[in-house]
Amino acid sequence: MCLAIPGKIIARFEESGLPMAEIDFAGARNRACLSYTPEAEVGDYVLVHAGFALQTLNEDEARASLIELSRLSSLMAADAESESGS
Amino acid sequence: MKYLTEYRDPRLARALLDEIAATVTRPWTIMEICGGQTHAIMRHGLDQLLPDAITLVHGPGCPVCVTPLETIDRALAIATRPEVIFTSYGDMLRVPGSADDLLRVKSRGGDVRMVYSPLEAIRLARENSDREVVFLAVGFETTAPGNAMALKQAVDTGLTNYSQLSSQVLVPAAMAAILAAPDNRVQGFLAAGHVCTVMGIREYLPLAERFGVPIVPTGFEPVDILRGILQTVRMLERGEHGVVNQYGRAVRDDGNSAARAVMHDVYAVCDRKWRGLGMIPRSGLDVREELAAFDAGKKFRVTDIVPAEPEVCIAGQILRGLKKPPECPAFGTDCTPMHPLGATMVSSEGACAAYHSYARKGLS
Amino acid sequence: MNDRAKFQGLNCPLPFLNHDTVQLAHGAGGRLSAELIEKMILPRFSSAELDCLEDQAVLDLPPGRVAFSTDTFVVDPIFFPGGDIGDLAVNGTVNDVAMSGAEPLVLSVGLVLEEGLPLADLHRILCSMERAARAAGVRMVTGDTKVVGRGSCDRIFINTSGLGVIPAGVSLSASSLQPGDAVLVSGTLGDHGMAVMSRREGLSFAADIRSDTAALNPLVRALLDGGAAVRALRDPTRGGLATTLNEFAAASRVGIELNEDAIPVRDEVRGACEILGIDPLCVANEGKLVAVVAGRDAETALATLLRHPLGSEARIIGRVLDTHPGLVVMRTALGAERIVDMPLGEQLPRIC
Repeated sequence: MCLAIPGKIIARFEESGLPMAEIDFAGARNRACLSYTPEAEVGDYVLVHAGFALQTLNEDEARASLIELSRLSSLMAADAESESGS
Repeated sequence: MKYLTEYRDPRLARALLDEIAATVTRPWTIMEICGGQTHAIMRHGLDQLLPDAITLVHGPGCPVCVTPLETIDRALAIATRPEVIFTSYGDMLRVPGSADDLLRVKSRGGDVRMVYSPLEAIRLARENSDREVVFLAVGFETTAPGNAMALKQAVDTGLTNYSQLSSQVLVPAAMAAILAAPDNRVQGFLAAGHVCTVMGIREYLPLAERFGVPIVPTGFEPVDILRGILQTVRMLERGEHGVVNQYGRAVRDDGNSAARAVMHDVYAVCDRKWRGLGMIPRSGLDVREELAAFDAGKKFRVTDIVPAEPEVCIAGQILRGLKKPPECPAFGTDCTPMHPLGATMVSSEGACAAYHSYARKGLS
Repeated sequence: MNDRAKFQGLNCPLPFLNHDTVQLAHGAGGRLSAELIEKMILPRFSSAELDCLEDQAVLDLPPGRVAFSTDTFVVDPIFFPGGDIGDLAVNGTVNDVAMSGAEPLVLSVGLVLEEGLPLADLHRILCSMERAARAAGVRMVTGDTKVVGRGSCDRIFINTSGLGVIPAGVSLSASSLQPGDAVLVSGTLGDHGMAVMSRREGLSFAADIRSDTAALNPLVRALLDGGAAVRALRDPTRGGLATTLNEFAAASRVGIELNEDAIPVRDEVRGACEILGIDPLCVANEGKLVAVVAGRDAETALATLLRHPLGSEARIIGRVLDTHPGLVVMRTALGAERIVDMPLGEQLPRIC
């Protein structure tokens, strides 16, 4: 379940008393309710499911996890190999 | 696409697969809870790429699949009524009840409308004050906050022509039921990442403790799923149990308390029957007693529901990870996505449907 | 500004009729029918045959095998980014005829109009058909108009049938695929289906996605003249690429293998598909073709397509095999294999 994808807030507005946002996903745009991420600002990335933003994406966590992954031994071995080969 | 493309990087996926292969020393059975994770695994062929020692079994994380037949029949009966505008997520439109489905009701003149956001149904209720708008609220904890906000809007603005038919389910109780079963084979779990964005990770700690298993909140892209599997395998190899978050960019320990607060305002935890699994105590969400005016199950008295499940269906065993779809005698013959016999074939997220679409006929 | 005023002063001004909307009498065969046909329809489709106003068109066709196709267009909404039902009605049948290798020559048009349809909308659609027919080099030679009561059809349904003659020596068929053949697409996939989806009720997504509706006969001509041995052509409309390739695999009893990385999809279409949980391989296209050519001619065919404006984003996306006959398989970006199935029915947005 739970098809939720990350998108960037490009505008905020209010509708029927609820905070809403226009969200961009690689050029396609959708609207989502920000009631559960009220502090999210234009430029932030949020996870959107069925028209609701459920969480802001944590840039630091994302970066940390990608760095951690890049340290996987086989990747480091492959990088070392290509460095010594070139 | 930021936060997506990086987690589909074949290089990173390959490195994770190598690391998993280097870590595993004996067979392990791991369950991914969420239908979306099943779908991703099948779509990217991850199960083919993992070492044979790892068996992935697919859990009951498909709210469409586990919606009881009675609920669908009830929904169909309500949708047929001339005064009703029946609204639903796209996922539920083709799900067959005992003898019918929502799209067929629509073709016969029923006012059935697909919505992407539950707020759309609120808008319809405001614009059509002479009609009764009913929303089929299915979903796990990921979808419940949105469903809840819609209901809260109806309550706060005093809408009298809006109600929800709730078929919402909660993950932890189902996991406990699976783990407690005497024939359980699951040794570790990939917890549903998007459920955890709402609920946080804390409610899984007692489960991990009680049953001595690793539970790893995991995302949905190939790199996320492989990260989750690697973490689970590492813990299994070391004999460790507990909850370790591998979807940190979206899951906070505490989840989203604002979402849970609204869920609590309008819904109450209840016992829920899961199609294929039977009754699981405290595993569902119902509209609160005091909000009965917004509960379509109470607003529309529907009787004469006698659901009829085909006997040959082994969905229950599949949802508990005891069998795989190809082991079912009806798989691909009497039971296909075109004419599904049971829970796990009815939705594209269901294990049987995913197998049939992506992996049937024994590709080498 | 009312609709009538909108069209004044343009190249295609709305003719003056006594009504703003289609009336039942417009289909009854009397004076009002004649007025609709003479003032609104005939001026758009003028041809030697049509202007005779006989009950039938008498044609002198060049010698050769005749390709004949029919299709009925019921798309909702009738106006969408990049085109309308009129464009589809012309291009769709032109393309079906062209996929046999034939040069499309003539079309028939059958209109079913719902009582109450604004005449300005009808006019806009007829103008689109006129433009599309001119671009494709086909003429309307016969037609029919009916009006049905309110609620009996969804605004307008259009049937077009088309004829073309297949040049000598050209023989294309879905059953002609051979192991070793190459599979190509002429451009990005999913544009039309997602453009239409973006106007669907109940969804709030928007995107700069335009339908790719286009007449492909010039591209087909270029490909056939370009030197490659072409086995089969098809335009992947309803059901998308997945359906077309499964049809090919079944008809020829061969396997097809695709390379996921090679399949061209615009970023916005991919984004829209991610939002709604839809597979771009299953989404309709109205201005693209799938070509299967002899393996040795793959690069030649690709170069021919790329040189043409309608094929500027063409790619080689896969090949034909003698393993797993009838199945279409895709090699994923991660190097695994999965089946590409035909979709069950219309792709519905999902939240699960």
